[in-house]
Amino acid sequence: MTRAKKILNDPRRVVEEMVEGLELANDGRVVRVPGHAALVRRDIPGGKVALLIGGGSGHEPLFHGFIGHNLADGAACGQVFAAPAPDIIHAAARAVHRGRGILFLYGNYAGDNMNFDIAADLLGDDGIEVRTVRVRDDVAAAPPERVHDRRGIAGDILMIKIVGGAAAVHESLDEVERIARKAEANVRTIGVAVTAGSLPETGRPTFVLADDEIEVGMGAHGEAGVRRQKITTADAVADQMVGALLADLPFARGDEIALVINNFGATTMMEMLIVNRRVRQILAGAGIGVHRTHIGTWLTVQEMAGFSITFMRLDDELRRFLDMPCDSFGFQRM
Amino acid sequence: MKGALDGEGTRALLQAAAAAILSGVDRLTEADMATGDGDHGIGMRRGFEAAVAALSGLEAPSPALALKAVGTAVMASTGGAAGAVFGTWFRAGARPLEGQGTLDGAGLATFLETGLEAVCRRGGAAEGQKTMIDALAPAARAARAAAGAGLGPALAAAAAAAGAGAEATRAMLATTGKARSLGERSRGHIDPGALSVTLILGAMRDHLGAG
Repeated sequence: MTRAKKILNDPRRVVEEMVEGLELANDGRVVRVPGHAALVRRDIPGGKVALLIGGGSGHEPLFHGFIGHNLADGAACGQVFAAPAPDIIHAAARAVHRGRGILFLYGNYAGDNMNFDIAADLLGDDGIEVRTVRVRDDVAAAPPERVHDRRGIAGDILMIKIVGGAAAVHESLDEVERIARKAEANVRTIGVAVTAGSLPETGRPTFVLADDEIEVGMGAHGEAGVRRQKITTADAVADQMVGALLADLPFARGDEIALVINNFGATTMMEMLIVNRRVRQILAGAGIGVHRTHIGTWLTVQEMAGFSITFMRLDDELRRFLDMPCDSFGFQRM
Repeated sequence: MKGALDGEGTRALLQAAAAAILSGVDRLTEADMATGDGDHGIGMRRGFEAAVAALSGLEAPSPALALKAVGTAVMASTGGAAGAVFGTWFRAGARPLEGQGTLDGAGLATFLETGLEAVCRRGGAAEGQKTMIDALAPAARAARAAAGAGLGPALAAAAAAAGAGAEATRAMLATTGKARSLGERSRGHIDPGALSVTLILGAMRDHLGAG
């Protein structure tokens, strides 16, 4: 098998060198926690409820590119597609804590769950209060009655936006946790894989998909989806994906949503806009309004081609936090 | 075969286990490519390279200190589910051995049983879900059954049981972790975490047999 074509130095130092580059890309607004693959805001206000995010690297700009004003206060970076170790999370958490507790927000994967839980135990020993909200938006991963088996994918983007806003405004960890749980209960995502990404350290693809095949529902690391099928039109793929999303919550006539179409890495903006056209036709037919549309590249899987569609049902409170201005390397709103 | 090891002996035993992981990286990668995202081998390499360094840095270790040093290094350096699971195994398993000058058959059984219990609690997983628990649990039972005969026989029994347990994961359906979503496609492949348990215990048995 040939090695994927990437411009790297030492493949075993990709995370280290990426963190160094990301710190510099923040022009001083975000700094590294000394000795750790963790980044934190420089100007976290005193008395603020802290929001700590994190997960495996290789998905840039998620997670560590979402640190900034009205977004996350810090992020713990794991190796590529692997959860950060407890030491990294613990160090990042101590660096963002401002006396009002910390909300851990991350995707629901066995590795992340265990490592963040171990870190939460360590912080408990330090006398720091931690609450945990796991994003479980991937409808293809498990049926609704087994939501604990669902992975976190591009729903992370809206979750960090909304919870980042809530943590900037509310002084109580209880309130921030309540809003996070409400947002999480209302967010749904489904992805489609077109071609695989690869692991920088081995150069090997994370899954194998034939040249004429796509897989609807595939996860961000090549986890199997709903169905492997022959490649078809944008409209047919959008119909399948939106159908699965609408049926799941379920979204209903009169609902207003936030929409995200997220590029896994190598899909063109042109393709995503063509998909968006069809998504909006279906939503209009279903009587569902779109409050904000986000189309871009946020949760990537290296050079994987494919995209995901995310819907979050909004109420007045969630809309307020979604609309707040924010700034970070990976996500900005005026 | 030896009936027990002191702290220095335990350190050498663990260095042999780490060497087996480091030379098995490609096998672990291949196994994880089949059911996961292919990073188990490189994660375990990071963890056990750190374990080798930690073991070398210990001054006059007890068996518990040597085991804990491996667990702490693996937990801090591996990352992912593997770091939490293998780090928890060694760290929790070392705890009841604190204050003991030697590692014997009963000590090995206690290390495996206590580690297993902590891993199951941390991961919310049990036997039969196609994870490293399917190798560790039978190993702990076999070690306890052979504990009275000394460390050598207990390790031999544990390694054999781990190997059989890992082999049995081929027929299992993954119901936890990233491989869960593969459903039926996860069948036919050995679980990479179970394979790692087998490499570790097998290398310990071989080290003791050779020494």
